[in-house]
Amino acid sequence: MSAIPIPVHQVDQPAEWTQPYKGRVGMYCLIAAESAIFAIFVVAYVFYLGKSMYGPTPGQVLEVPIFNTICLLSSSITIWLAEHALEHNRIKRFGAFWAVTIVLGSIFMIGTGMEWNKLIYHDGLTITTNVFGTTYYSLVGLHASHVIVGLLMLLAVLVFTLMGHMKEEHAERVKTLALYWHFVDAIWVVVFTVVYVIGR
Amino acid sequence: MADSALPAPGTIGGAIDVTPHHKAPGTFLETLHSWVVTVDHKKLGIMYVLYALVFLLVGGVEALCIRIQLGRPENHFLSPEVYNRFFTMHGTTMVFLMGMPMLVGFMNYLVPLMIGARDMAFPRLNAFSFWMTAFGGLMLYYSFIGGSGLYAAGNAPDVGWFAYAPLTARAFSPGHSTDYWTVSLLVSGVGTIGAAVNVIATVFCMRCKGMTMMRLPLFAWLSVVTSALILMAIPPLTAAQVMLMIDRYLGGHFFDTLAGGSALMWMHFFWIFGHPEVYILVMPAFAVANEVIPVFSRKPIFGYPAMVAASVGIAFVSLGVWAHHMFTVGMTSVGNAFFALSTMIVGIPTGIKIFNWLATMWGGKIRFATPMLYMTAFLFQFLMAGLTGIMLSVAPWNWQLHNSYFVVAHFHYVLVGAILFALMGGICYWYPKVTGRMLDEKLGKWGFWLLVIGFHMTFDFMHIPGLLGMPRQIYTYEAGRGWDTWNLIVSIGAFVQAAAVLLFAYNLLVSYFRGEVAGNDPWDAWTLEWATSSPPPEYNFVADPVVTSRRPLWDMKHPEDPDWKYE
Repeated sequence: MSAIPIPVHQVDQPAEWTQPYKGRVGMYCLIAAESAIFAIFVVAYVFYLGKSMYGPTPGQVLEVPIFNTICLLSSSITIWLAEHALEHNRIKRFGAFWAVTIVLGSIFMIGTGMEWNKLIYHDGLTITTNVFGTTYYSLVGLHASHVIVGLLMLLAVLVFTLMGHMKEEHAERVKTLALYWHFVDAIWVVVFTVVYVIGR
Repeated sequence: MADSALPAPGTIGGAIDVTPHHKAPGTFLETLHSWVVTVDHKKLGIMYVLYALVFLLVGGVEALCIRIQLGRPENHFLSPEVYNRFFTMHGTTMVFLMGMPMLVGFMNYLVPLMIGARDMAFPRLNAFSFWMTAFGGLMLYYSFIGGSGLYAAGNAPDVGWFAYAPLTARAFSPGHSTDYWTVSLLVSGVGTIGAAVNVIATVFCMRCKGMTMMRLPLFAWLSVVTSALILMAIPPLTAAQVMLMIDRYLGGHFFDTLAGGSALMWMHFFWIFGHPEVYILVMPAFAVANEVIPVFSRKPIFGYPAMVAASVGIAFVSLGVWAHHMFTVGMTSVGNAFFALSTMIVGIPTGIKIFNWLATMWGGKIRFATPMLYMTAFLFQFLMAGLTGIMLSVAPWNWQLHNSYFVVAHFHYVLVGAILFALMGGICYWYPKVTGRMLDEKLGKWGFWLLVIGFHMTFDFMHIPGLLGMPRQIYTYEAGRGWDTWNLIVSIGAFVQAAAVLLFAYNLLVSYFRGEVAGNDPWDAWTLEWATSSPPPEYNFVADPVVTSRRPLWDMKHPEDPDWKYE
């Protein structure tokens, strides 16, 4: 069972044979797929604006979550600082910024929870109330579920860091995970614009 | 496994496989275990293809029942309820459980071998994707048993493969059959997306030394394009299924017209997935043709860069044509014109491909072995399918024939005449590599000709009742409308095709045990998968190959006139 050998020719080959990091390519692919899902939900939200047969309407119940948004968007900066620290092998600094990122993300989730609590118990808007409720909860909920998944993965990395397993050579992987977090933040910009700026 | 005594990678000696020839075969349980827990791209690829072939037979049986029912006017072979379930399950099975797994299986098995890699980029994701896909299929078929649910109504899904709202609403589809449809497509969709991520990462990051993107075998190129389309097209379906579940389970109003929702949105979302899906399915057929036609014409592929560009072009255009499935819902004339024109534009890159294949064959020394026979039929039939497609893209013509058997004949011409023929040809071509045995050529040719006859009996004549006004998805029809004879011919043709597929399956089975030993390179081919042994060892190549042109094996066999001199 011998294979045919592939001969090597005396042709000029590039001395360096570098290809992109597979994790990064994989994550970009995942982001592309996720973007397509979000695109459909965003289109649905925009299409169904003002189509509700009965209230409440977005203008009546939605408040612009400015503090939440600031927290989530600044978590992109802290995670970038953390990535940077890991690349320079400053593990403590990495852990600190990573933890701040998780705190900021959690504040966002708590804010969303409080907002939903108000909408459900005070304004009486649920997913069954009207088309606005259906599209609002599914779009914001889809984003929130991505934040939760991101937070769980960030937490796993934090646990590894606290146990002392995090090293400089993991920078590439951590950056791949951070890419997902940046994506979740970027999507929030879209959701925020559509739901709280245009749709209100 | 080869140990450290091997010479340095890249030298001639380095590529020689020194694996002991025969390992003691394990017990049945050990073998089963090795297949269940495997992360090897070849085993997963084989499982994908076998899974698809099983569902080809299952979906085929459903098609035969449908054809018996329609063979005569006012027939009652099936009850109307069962008939609805069967055409729904036939469509869903053939697209999601046969077509998709089959093409993912091909990509899985071949892409790493063709680019000189040892495995896919993410082997465990690969296994996960397969088992998700497999679970989705099994769940869909479990609905035959478990679909009645609390209401004891319904059984298998019966809402048609595109499941238009509001038929899928809780009021019109009680019980759980529609939920089985929704959830199983969602689950197998996750598997498909995982596979697509994997293929792209593999091709971008795992190529062997010297394999630049413009030396990539066209099969690998088209796998990338298919995967990119999967990433763009499957998520809208997933999103739509999530919306449907929200409607059905949480009381949402996405497609609930009474509360301000829109049934039209489901059509848009479904076809945003549905039309690129056609190209997801046909692109691997092109990929197979790109590999088989040059080898059996004894010429390198004509117009390699044009082929790549045309594939990417088809992928782009296919994302903007979906509403040609919806001409009859009453769009604006601008909408109609846009989708009619964008649909016709697909014909341009597709035409480029057809001419390139013809130019590859032109002046070549063509060997009509079974794989090449399938490819020739593919070329001819795909052209015909494309032409009826252009006819249907003309909005007024479409108004006349929408949802008629003309449309059914058109897309079966694509799905069977082009895709199934190409994939069967591909199986004939790579079977020796996968099993180490040649397929029986005589049985193969019989199977091919039988399939050609059956195919043309069925789908050529199916256009005619469509032109005469026979709508699709009808349970039965009155005698004397002029449809009777045509339907009878179509039904007979279906059985001829069934015989051909059974003969094909029998050939696969028998040749596995009795076929002559193939050797590494039975077709005198040029891509890297033929360099390793048949079947390839678990690690594919002992040393990483180094390539210097698009046809590395040509260079090896013809050192006096290698390809790289001309690149």
